[in-house]
Amino acid sequence: MSVIGSVHSVESLGTLDGPGLRYVVFLQGCSLRCRYCHNPDTWNEKGGKPTVSEDLVKEILGYRNFITKGGVTISGGEPLKQPDFVLDVITRLKKEGLHTALDTAGSVPLTLSKPVLDAADLILLDIKSLDDRMCFSLTGMSNAHTLSTLAYCQSIGKKVWIRHVLVPGWTLDEHLLRDLARFLTAFSCIEQIELLPYHRMGQYKWEQLKLHYSFKDVSEPDARQLAMARSVFEEEGLKVLMTSLGEEKESKVG
Amino acid sequence: MDDREDRTYEINTRAFIGEHYTPYDGDASFLQGPTERTLQLWDKLKDLLTVERQRGGMYDIDERTISTITSHKNGYIDRDLEQIVGLQTDEPLKRAIMPFGGIRLVHTELQAYGRTLGEDIDKIFTYRKTHNDGVFDVYTTEMKKVRHSGIITGLPDAYGRGRIIGDYRRVPLYGVDFLIEQKKRAKEHFTFDAMTEAVIQGREELSEQIRSLSELKEMALSYGYDISHPAKNTKEAIQWLYFAFLAATKEQNGAAMSLGRVSTFLDIYAEEDLKKGTFSEAEIQELVDHFIMKLRIIRFLRTPSYDQLFSGDPTWVTESIGGMCLDGRHMVTKMSYRFLHSLTNLGPAPEPNLTVLWSQSLPQAFKNYCAKLSIETSSIQYENDDLMRADYGDDYGIACCVSAMRIGKQMQFFGARVNLAKTLLYAINGGRDEKSGEQVGPKLAPITDEYLDYATVTDRFEAMSSWLAKLYIDTLNVIHYMHDKYSYERLEMALHDEQIVRTMAGGIAGLSVVADSLSAIKYAKVKPIRDESGLAVDFEIEGSYPSYGNDDERVDSIARELVKSFMQKMKKHTTYRQSIPTLSVLTITSNVVYGKKTGSTPDGRKAGEPFAPGANPMHGRDHKGCIASMKSVAKLPYAYAQDGISYTFSIVPSTLGKNKEMQVENLTTLMDGYFAQNGHHINVNVMEKSTLLDAMDHPEKYPQLTIRVSGYAVNFIKLSREQQLDVIHRTFHESL
Repeated sequence: MSVIGSVHSVESLGTLDGPGLRYVVFLQGCSLRCRYCHNPDTWNEKGGKPTVSEDLVKEILGYRNFITKGGVTISGGEPLKQPDFVLDVITRLKKEGLHTALDTAGSVPLTLSKPVLDAADLILLDIKSLDDRMCFSLTGMSNAHTLSTLAYCQSIGKKVWIRHVLVPGWTLDEHLLRDLARFLTAFSCIEQIELLPYHRMGQYKWEQLKLHYSFKDVSEPDARQLAMARSVFEEEGLKVLMTSLGEEKESKVG
Repeated sequence: MDDREDRTYEINTRAFIGEHYTPYDGDASFLQGPTERTLQLWDKLKDLLTVERQRGGMYDIDERTISTITSHKNGYIDRDLEQIVGLQTDEPLKRAIMPFGGIRLVHTELQAYGRTLGEDIDKIFTYRKTHNDGVFDVYTTEMKKVRHSGIITGLPDAYGRGRIIGDYRRVPLYGVDFLIEQKKRAKEHFTFDAMTEAVIQGREELSEQIRSLSELKEMALSYGYDISHPAKNTKEAIQWLYFAFLAATKEQNGAAMSLGRVSTFLDIYAEEDLKKGTFSEAEIQELVDHFIMKLRIIRFLRTPSYDQLFSGDPTWVTESIGGMCLDGRHMVTKMSYRFLHSLTNLGPAPEPNLTVLWSQSLPQAFKNYCAKLSIETSSIQYENDDLMRADYGDDYGIACCVSAMRIGKQMQFFGARVNLAKTLLYAINGGRDEKSGEQVGPKLAPITDEYLDYATVTDRFEAMSSWLAKLYIDTLNVIHYMHDKYSYERLEMALHDEQIVRTMAGGIAGLSVVADSLSAIKYAKVKPIRDESGLAVDFEIEGSYPSYGNDDERVDSIARELVKSFMQKMKKHTTYRQSIPTLSVLTITSNVVYGKKTGSTPDGRKAGEPFAPGANPMHGRDHKGCIASMKSVAKLPYAYAQDGISYTFSIVPSTLGKNKEMQVENLTTLMDGYFAQNGHHINVNVMEKSTLLDAMDHPEKYPQLTIRVSGYAVNFIKLSREQQLDVIHRTFHESL
């Protein structure tokens, strides 16, 4: 039995959301209102393209030659807002032997999300802030669901990559980062921490949607700040994955 | 190896390679950096290249000597430093005149740089005709009209056709004396029932070939080398081979002067020398680096209008590397690495046009090495060996950009391309040109419907393409007859068998424009805007349509059918020397010029806007990411486009992965996937848009910035501003 979901868009060349080359499906709809969101066009639950799970999977299978080593990532929006659809897509993909990852902020009660968390191979879990008050100011929601999602993944031994956006003046603070790093060391299900430097590339979408972008004056982090963040996590023995901005190529200019 | 000297009868380079080469499965760790001599020599050359750039891209011209194999005195970059010798003229970068293609062209070329042709030379051509004169003696009014309107463009009727690869390896392998003997014997045995035109032509050509081989020997001797006998070691092998290639470039200003597939051949000599201790690894790399430097400074005199079509001063010294042997072994050798390593030792460069023949079965270490170099230099193109091997065996090379041919056994008659987008507009406008209003095509009834009807348009398009395909083949027949007659590539053909396969290589430009236009007509509503004379000069689209580049069968099937159908139309016509018609989907940089010459099209493209290059989807219309785009391209049928299907892929490094290691792995996976999908060719550019923008404003900071465009690489700073902008606007896959 197929399920109908609401798809915002797809990206056939995904290299940034999970291991290897991946087909990424962005679902429509999100309850969070992150101030730095670079996909505010996925918030509204309306506006997505109604898509039958079976058709989506059929389309993805056409990319098998590219994604057998990598896999498929279901992202959003918040994919867990459409748990039945996501579960059906993941189950079908796994039957075909493809690796599946779920890119989520865990912002949905476990009662809804559990079956999906059980089914996916890897959870990319975005912790906006460990400090609940800051999380609320940043996203409009508490981090309670996120943290219980992490606890659940630990209890079932599900592989997790933590993602955390580094925003100067907000999350990019040595003490906060150290608190987070220490907190995370308790979870053996975590394979690595992906630190995502805040960037302003999504700002134009806010303007297109006539939304107020409150982060206009927030600067993008510099190399020194990023190095600090990386070392805080590494000092706690965590594996860090971060886009290396520094090593952009001089070589080709010759 | 011992039997090299006594190969008595049949010339068979492939068998020699197959018997003696050593596949290399290791990684790049054996490679050596540049020697002191290499660094000094490259510094000298870099200074000369700076002067060339400061002089507007023209270092110097020898306008007093008609270039032949033996016309010029010896030239050197630095006699004490260079290990491989020989230049086209008596000075590096100095360009020669080659008037047999067309004397008028030489005048235009010289004029562009404020020079005039020596009177004595000019006088010769009051007595002697050129290729260009011959062609225009025969052209019909219709041929001149289509050439002028730009529905057929880039024809080699005034410049050298190129795309012929001599088997330059035969010179080191056999020595020139044996090759001459072979050709004499062939002439002796040239049997015939009657002295027909074909036999007369064949015998005259053989005589010319023999003469050119003697001149080759003479030229080499002037540099102090007797190449009448086979080469005995790596240095001689490279030097002999280079002399042969150099001789070809002294005589022919061919659009593409490709090298073939020499690296694995040369590795046989290197392996032996390493074993014997004749040369060390560092010394062998030095020889390769010096050879590559020579290939980087091959220069031809060309006109500004030529530059618009094929910009960046390309010579297409294409070298094909890797691939698989028919017996199942891969053909990657240490020499494959050494050739590619020149990009590291000397920095990136557009020439030689390094082409990796990719197979799923190549060793992983080599695939990763190539991907890493692509990320660092953007100087490599890749072509699908698994696809081509089936048709061309394991000793083919790429001529120019994407044209495979068996080396020494096959040549092509280069036919540039027709403008398919303009053809569609002619179909709508009853054969009238949308820019000039002139009746160029057959006078069919123009379409007068308020909204374009798919069946009507495809019906008229079919008729208009049939007319064009015939006229195209006819025109090419004229050109190649005259090229053979007045500007025969005698040395390149001397390094071929006597019985060769010839193809008539046509091409199409604007494939994605026409596919999208037909899709718009079929799936949306397209309303032509007509001027007072009834000419459709613009189009309004109501609704949306599936566009090519999104792995959407509704439109991808249209693109496929366009390729197949034009190929089938070309096949119906009689060709010069029984050549086999083939087709390419390749534009080089002419997509900008074609766009300029073409009015607004039903896909929403406005008059004058560039086409997408080669088989690429139109800029910004591929909204599902680049793999979807690759999949659409890979669906085009190679069986109907055996002259090649070019796809250019540009990506910013951070989109390819979060660190270098991941980028390498992802790029390798990407290419494995694309080729498993039957994609034919891919150019890989990995660079920041900001680098290109900065290079536009500060070219002096980026003398070696290299990017891949349709089928070849160019120095970015040598492109015209228009073309630079086109490259930048083209889909840079950076958004996720």
